[in-house]
Amino acid sequence: MTATSAVPGETGQQTVRQQVLVLYLASSALDARVVGWSTYDGTGATHPTTGDSDVPPYASGLDALKDGWRLFQAAQLLPPFPGHEYDVSFLKHEFFFEKLVTV
Amino acid sequence: MPHPHQKNLLTSVQMAHFVATGSLRMDAVVPDEMNQQAIEVLKAGIPGVPYGTPLSEAFVDTEFVQRLVQLPEVAGAIHSLVGPEPTVDHHAVHIRKANEGEAQNLHGDAIIDVRPDAFDVQLMYYPQDVTLEMGGTLSVPGSHLRRTNESDTGRYQNLLGQTRLVCPAGTVQFLHHGIWHGGRKNDSSIDRYMFKIRFNPTVRQVRLWNVEDLYDPEVARELDQSFPWYENATGRLEKYNRIKLWQALTGDDTFDPEFWVTRVSNRPQRVVAQRSLNPHASKKEMA
Repeated sequence: MTATSAVPGETGQQTVRQQVLVLYLASSALDARVVGWSTYDGTGATHPTTGDSDVPPYASGLDALKDGWRLFQAAQLLPPFPGHEYDVSFLKHEFFFEKLVTV
Repeated sequence: MPHPHQKNLLTSVQMAHFVATGSLRMDAVVPDEMNQQAIEVLKAGIPGVPYGTPLSEAFVDTEFVQRLVQLPEVAGAIHSLVGPEPTVDHHAVHIRKANEGEAQNLHGDAIIDVRPDAFDVQLMYYPQDVTLEMGGTLSVPGSHLRRTNESDTGRYQNLLGQTRLVCPAGTVQFLHHGIWHGGRKNDSSIDRYMFKIRFNPTVRQVRLWNVEDLYDPEVARELDQSFPWYENATGRLEKYNRIKLWQALTGDDTFDPEFWVTRVSNRPQRVVAQRSLNPHASKKEMA
């Protein structure tokens, strides 16, 4: 899908693409340390993939905000299902960020 | 298959390492002479084996694989992990082509598998030196007890403390069936080969290794380790689940050095009578 936006002060229209950063944090606090990360680049300029880096892009979720990433989704805090209190499964503290990039 | 010599069985510390991490790595355990032959053998293909074929019957026509699984250290590890005469679930030759543009999603093999007291292992053999650029298998230490199904974890690209395999030729690693892993993108000009066999146990997996060091303090240290990608709270549940698995493998449900299981299962049944209703109690107040 192509999103377009009128840019104030310019007569033409510019095309905007979304870059998505997913951070997994050590607790539900947004300033907790990053334990996992994924990126998806809607501009097509980069091609992040599985196992391409050992170093997280930010130390915490807050650091991503400071660098201009906009938070648009955070994982809910859900109580465990009765009888499954000790089960481990997916990472719980998942935060989705975006940057809108004009291409 | 003959019983491996005691000296080639895994130690309790090595088993505890496997229970904590979900993997066991043996660097350059396969001799060079076999590694030299391996690429041609793997290129030619290893004939299929029906599911559930006993290991001793599975590769009667593939001398190379027989030699591989009968190497003393390899046979000792197989016996220690899944016991005598396991069956072969399946095997496969995996090739990550030179300059291959795709990485596999992070996944667990087969389907969600939550057996609390049994596990399969996958032997992975790397006949070449594997560099970082060649896209050695990505695996996530301590992910094997997570209850997730196959590639539902595909959204996770990188986890702190992940293992991007770099190893010398002849390395074998054993992975617990549940471990999150994937073939990485090969950015080199060399095709990368890996041969995998999945083993199913045919006996109860209790004390199949060399248990002389069962109560070595290093066992408890292995079981209590954490991994950088664990969330603070869930990391504690990992230790709970690990201790439960270790108790199943040792047949000792009292082993709980950090009290993770004991604390939350302590429900005393002894009732203390109220002092005023006890005819045998002294009427004098205690000083």
